[in-house]
Amino acid sequence: MRAFHLILALAALLLAAPAARADDAFAQALGALNAESYADKINAAEALAALGDGRAAQVLDALADGRLMVAAGGAILIDRGGSYADPISGQIVTAQADAITVNNRLRSVARAAAGRLALFSPDAAARKSAVEAIMNSPGPEAADMVRAALAKEFDDSVKAAMITALASLDLTSADPARRLDAVRQLADSSDPSVRSQIETLLQTETDASVRQVAEKSLASIQFRVTLMGFVANLFQGLSLGSVLLLAAIGLAVTFGVMGVINMAHGEMIMLGAYTTFAVQQLFRALLPPDLVDLYLVAAIPAAFVVTALVGMGLERGIIRFLYGRPLETMLATWGISLVLQQVVRQIFGATNMEVANPAWMTGGWELAGGFTLTYNRVIIIFFCLAVLGGLAALLRWSSFGLHMRAVTQNRPMAAAMGIPTGRVDALTFGLGSGIAGIAGVALSQIGNVSPNLGQAYIVDSFMVVVFGGVGSLWGTLVGAVSLGVVNKFLEPYAGAMLGKILVLVFIILFIQKRPRGLFALKGRSVES
Amino acid sequence: MHSILNPARRGFWFGFIGLGALFLLVIPGLNLLVPVESALHVPNYMVTLIGKYLCYAILAMAMNLVWGYCGVLSLGHGAFFALGGYAMGMYMMRAIGTRGSYGNAELPDFMVFLNWKELPWFWYGFDNFAFALLMVMLIPGVLAFIFGWLAFRSRINGVYLSIVTQAMTYALMLAFFRNEMGFGGNNGLTDFKDILGFDLSQSSTKLGLYWLTALLLGATFLVVRFIAASKLGRVMMAVRDAESRVRFLGYSVTGVKLFAFTVSAVLAGIAGALYVPQVGIINPSEFSPANSIEIAIWVAVGGRGTLLGPVVGAFAVNGAKTWLTGAAPELWLFALGALFIIVTLALPKGLVGLWADLRARTAKENAHD
Repeated sequence: MRAFHLILALAALLLAAPAARADDAFAQALGALNAESYADKINAAEALAALGDGRAAQVLDALADGRLMVAAGGAILIDRGGSYADPISGQIVTAQADAITVNNRLRSVARAAAGRLALFSPDAAARKSAVEAIMNSPGPEAADMVRAALAKEFDDSVKAAMITALASLDLTSADPARRLDAVRQLADSSDPSVRSQIETLLQTETDASVRQVAEKSLASIQFRVTLMGFVANLFQGLSLGSVLLLAAIGLAVTFGVMGVINMAHGEMIMLGAYTTFAVQQLFRALLPPDLVDLYLVAAIPAAFVVTALVGMGLERGIIRFLYGRPLETMLATWGISLVLQQVVRQIFGATNMEVANPAWMTGGWELAGGFTLTYNRVIIIFFCLAVLGGLAALLRWSSFGLHMRAVTQNRPMAAAMGIPTGRVDALTFGLGSGIAGIAGVALSQIGNVSPNLGQAYIVDSFMVVVFGGVGSLWGTLVGAVSLGVVNKFLEPYAGAMLGKILVLVFIILFIQKRPRGLFALKGRSVES
Repeated sequence: MHSILNPARRGFWFGFIGLGALFLLVIPGLNLLVPVESALHVPNYMVTLIGKYLCYAILAMAMNLVWGYCGVLSLGHGAFFALGGYAMGMYMMRAIGTRGSYGNAELPDFMVFLNWKELPWFWYGFDNFAFALLMVMLIPGVLAFIFGWLAFRSRINGVYLSIVTQAMTYALMLAFFRNEMGFGGNNGLTDFKDILGFDLSQSSTKLGLYWLTALLLGATFLVVRFIAASKLGRVMMAVRDAESRVRFLGYSVTGVKLFAFTVSAVLAGIAGALYVPQVGIINPSEFSPANSIEIAIWVAVGGRGTLLGPVVGAFAVNGAKTWLTGAAPELWLFALGALFIIVTLALPKGLVGLWADLRARTAKENAHD
């Protein structure tokens, strides 16, 4: 029994010894901070930072903030707003203490050192941002610090960031071999900032072999940056296109079947988004927190039903009295849109409502070059395709779809064949509005929910319908996606606004050539 | 002169001269001659407000020419109005000269602020009032001609035309919001000092502008009446009622529509040019699609295809707007929205049509008695 205790005690001693040594060194460096001259204090701060001890970060932070105190006995303490903490043990102590005086130079040295020390923080995210901070303002000993941190690093993504950082720090090294290594390593990068670093290197580089490798690396980085830019534009274009498609598809359905432009379509989208908000609030109030994220699944049918009912009500109450007068219908639906906006503003207020992404929709795949494929946009692209597929199936295989297509092609003939055109109209309007409501669910996930939400999309979705061709799902799909992609590819060259203007001008010119859009319906009915 | 003697036309001329006297003589008289304490006094702000409504009335008449008579619902007329306004605004900007905050004789303040060194080419000539007046009419007219020629030639009509004109004004709004365009971006053109040497802050200048607007409204009224009564006007109405039939009869539908659209755009530009010196600012929000749709409702409320309707509608809707946005701002959009719905559902001929119906009914009842 005694022997066992002895072994335990020995083991404890062995384990404690390095820790105790670290404590000693830390305490010594700490004590040196209480020096007479600022020059000594600066040296002490740098020595403290050089220890690479995680505890030093908060000491240096406190020093920079003027919260580092000296107790009567010479012990160094951190002021935590009324109480004092011992930086070595982390325990709260009571003492009488005065602040260590700092000047601007000491403050900036301490601040920079604290930033570098974050490299040794236990938190991976903090280490990663420390790497980025060092990259932004590299100091003379930055490369050594990163090298030291890299030796201890175990998180893969932080490690990769550190290797890149180290390579770009080594680009300015005096040693040609280091520069060569660095240039070689950076060839795999696709970061535009690395590209400009190598470009600067090439301006002054004298070593022939380094130059050669650097040029090769530059070419490969250039290729990858261009490729990433292309992928990023394509993705953003597809994302915008899917949003436009969701917004426009309901409009295309009602316009195709009834020849009616529904100016209140944007407000149906807005109502869908507010339904999502209401469902979210309901889930938050009634369900345990781990089930709240399911609100989005419930919001889709809820938004569909709410907006479809509103749409059918409007059709039966107002729009059916205006058939054969498309211009008046347009004005009346504009009036409806004003009223709906004001109703929502009265109920929910004019400010933006917060609809949170569920956990499974937040974040994204980080691709190289700082470009992220966010989950919410990816999900919306697939969601939009699902809605389109569902609608196409409904039109193709259901009897309601058959009736709808019949009325689209020739209303009097359809009526003569016994199709209840009035009911088809009401259901179509409900369907179009319901899809707008679903679009609202999607839009609530990527933007603000406000009473003006619909207005932002209305002109664009008209353009999609006009461009794609009325009453054609494929036209709407092609129209939305091509407008979205063209818009995003124009943006880098022309800027967001000018890009949009160019697209509008293009459409105005395009429908000179094809007044009925890309995919025009054939037949006599459209020429009436 | 024979038309005044014609009993059927007498009512029209009495009404025209009566309204002219009201706007040209009675209101300025009540403003200038009646003492301020009197209940009959028309205060200065009221003169400016009525002047603004008169501009809207000209705009509504322009809209009525193309929609009421020709059946083309343009949802981009706000753009022509704003372009006319910008042309006038550019003249008044140049007229500021060295009195701007930066004291630059050549460049307007916002260009100095953007660090521009010289005047863009499209600002040349706007220091000349006659040139500016020409541009007030020419810019909206040429834009409407080109746009209309492209649209009507390929037979874009009905709701398609409405949507495309809406896209036009939307695109222009986005363009004018850009600082690089050289029209003051977001803030537009403002801080005007004088027009033709008359100080804009003086109430006499304001009254003069009001008077001029009323006069031009009268002129517009006569122009529209002349067009509507001409053979061309008849064809225009035929195009509105049965476009294909008119085409089959051998008329150029494209030409007729293009004429109506272009004249209407020029009139809208003039309205804008009168509007800007009275309100003292022009900015890109004048291009917003919502504004253009509102013009349509003025015409619809007053009565489409009637001479007086647009004037009545512009005054009624804007009067209600001024009153309601002051008294109960949250109700205004409800009222405007309801107006759109009620007018299209229940009042297809507008207030003027309602009045005519009522008169016809009473006449019938009298005849029965």
